[in-house]
Amino acid sequence: MAKIVQIRGKGVAVIGDDIDTDRIIPARYMTEITFENMGRYAFYDVRFNADGSQKEHPFNDPAHKGASILMVNSNFGCGSSREHAPQALLRYGIKAIVGESFAEIFAGNCQMLGVACVTAKPQDVEILQEFTEKKPSEILNLNLETKKLLFGQNSISLEMAESRRANMLNGSWDTLAMLVSALPKTRENAKKLPYMNDFKQ
Amino acid sequence: MAENLFNKVWQIHEVAKLPNGESQLYIGLHLVHEVTSPQAFAMLTEKGIKAAFPDRTVATVDHIVPTTSQQRPFGDRMAEAMMSQIEKNSKEFGIRFYGPGSGKQGIVHVIGPELGLTQPGMTIACGDSHTSTHGAFGAVAFGIGTSQVRDVLASQCIAISKPKVRKIEVSGKPGKGVYAKDVILKLIERLGVNGGIGFAYEYCGETFEQMSMEERMTVCNMSIEGGARAGYANPDRKTVEFLRGREFSPKGEAFERASKWWLSMASDTDAKFDDIFKMDVSKLEPMVTWGINPGQAIPVTGNIPDPKEMPSGQMQSAQEALEHMGFRAGSGIEGAKIDVAFIGSCTNSRICDLREAAKIVEGRKVAQGVKALVVPGSQQVAMQAQKEGLDRIFTAAGFEWRLAGCSMCLAMNPDKLAGKEMCASSSNRNFKGRQGSAFGRTMLMSPAMVAAAAINGKITDVRGMI
Repeated sequence: MAKIVQIRGKGVAVIGDDIDTDRIIPARYMTEITFENMGRYAFYDVRFNADGSQKEHPFNDPAHKGASILMVNSNFGCGSSREHAPQALLRYGIKAIVGESFAEIFAGNCQMLGVACVTAKPQDVEILQEFTEKKPSEILNLNLETKKLLFGQNSISLEMAESRRANMLNGSWDTLAMLVSALPKTRENAKKLPYMNDFKQ
Repeated sequence: MAENLFNKVWQIHEVAKLPNGESQLYIGLHLVHEVTSPQAFAMLTEKGIKAAFPDRTVATVDHIVPTTSQQRPFGDRMAEAMMSQIEKNSKEFGIRFYGPGSGKQGIVHVIGPELGLTQPGMTIACGDSHTSTHGAFGAVAFGIGTSQVRDVLASQCIAISKPKVRKIEVSGKPGKGVYAKDVILKLIERLGVNGGIGFAYEYCGETFEQMSMEERMTVCNMSIEGGARAGYANPDRKTVEFLRGREFSPKGEAFERASKWWLSMASDTDAKFDDIFKMDVSKLEPMVTWGINPGQAIPVTGNIPDPKEMPSGQMQSAQEALEHMGFRAGSGIEGAKIDVAFIGSCTNSRICDLREAAKIVEGRKVAQGVKALVVPGSQQVAMQAQKEGLDRIFTAAGFEWRLAGCSMCLAMNPDKLAGKEMCASSSNRNFKGRQGSAFGRTMLMSPAMVAAAAINGKITDVRGMI
């Protein structure tokens, strides 16, 4: 797995609190059995009219084309546990999300895909969102090691759960291999659980 | 040392502390449904990894199943593909699967408890945020994403940070016409939709002690709507009696042994918590949501709030909510006209929910122009309801009686709102677009309140109909 230390790229701001996963990806696009096309459906109902024509939305704005750092406000990704939501953002091109706070299942799902969810003070998020809207072509530099985001002549401090930051930095954000390698210990532990043995007649 | 249930359960399921500080947590029961699992199975197939504990995983179909006819192939080609996929995957991975032909199919959070799979003291995970429902039994239950579904299949574990535990102590007996749904809507309104971030919620106090298991499930179900990672109630005699005789419950002498252990997992009387919140519900009224998140709720006799008078953090969302819902600040919610009435979902589709709704409906007629449907949570709930004649009460009144599934709660099936339809719904989310139309509008409330709205064609205080 790749070590994720630095994310450099253009920014895009989606403003508002409590943006839920139904908003990020409406359920009707989850009938596909792969994640492949999810990027097309990111924010579908707020990006497109019923006839498929585009609405005004930062994800449709050519100025933000190719953006890889998304800036959001509080409780982003609340609601459903659907991994389709971070998959849609990732496949659209988002590699890191800076926000005031994140819903926990959403942040956990992002982590498993190597998408860093970092938090910043509300006033810093606001400054950053304004900056990106005014200067969409500027390259932002998000560094997980220094926990700083540099933009223009400015810099803001970032926070991330230390456990998740460590996994990003050492490239162990996808937990599958580690958990599978621990299977012998898992089996030992399982034997000790009363409901695994004792409750059988 | 005195401990709370959450910490007791965590401790015995923690296989290891991981180098990054997270815990490797063993999952005692893994529930799987068709929408969030195919990608997980595909990843394992690609890597040649088998299920580590196939007998600890149980699968069913709920999200995409049509509720009018379950005849195969399904009318929707995509739904049929998804259905075939879970049949194939469960077979290949050696997992027990309850499809429509089993007589035991239903919403995953309804069938787990119904079959006795859900038990106190267990850890439970499912690729669905409403997994918190199972906490009603004193289990620690997490909604997880698809990559974690893959992890559980391959290793029976997830890597997770231990949340803090907030004790929510509720006192008072709500009056007639006020239900568990009203209690949880009030709690979310008070604590906020993001108030639970970083926490698991323990629901305790006389109000929850008096609740039936079904009612506790309704409360725990919506923990996630308050931002909490999990929610649970302590196991007691009601929990034990609910589980007695169920298909996967321990049998005979083993059941007594199990019950003793289950009860021992409850929080000790002097257990410590990271936070405590207290609320009295003796004066609680039926609650109705007026907005686009479950925290935007008011009593049925209340007025829709003015965004300008709200805390700054809530103003923007409230404004957006009024625009979407077409409501005016200051006007009453009672009397708001509805187009659709939906009784169902993992929050409120159990037999007790249907009984309460049927009491309101009996001898009355659905208002003209209102489309009303009842979607039982499982085939077993449907069977029980039919035995009691509830289906006939509903259909005589003009409700449609459907087959088990998630239906219009999230509209991944033919049951959808159209255009700007307004729906009185017993489900859990009123997000924009949730019920299948980008402009569709949802008001959350108890099943009895939905029944009352269906009869009158508008939001009505159910207390006047009892």
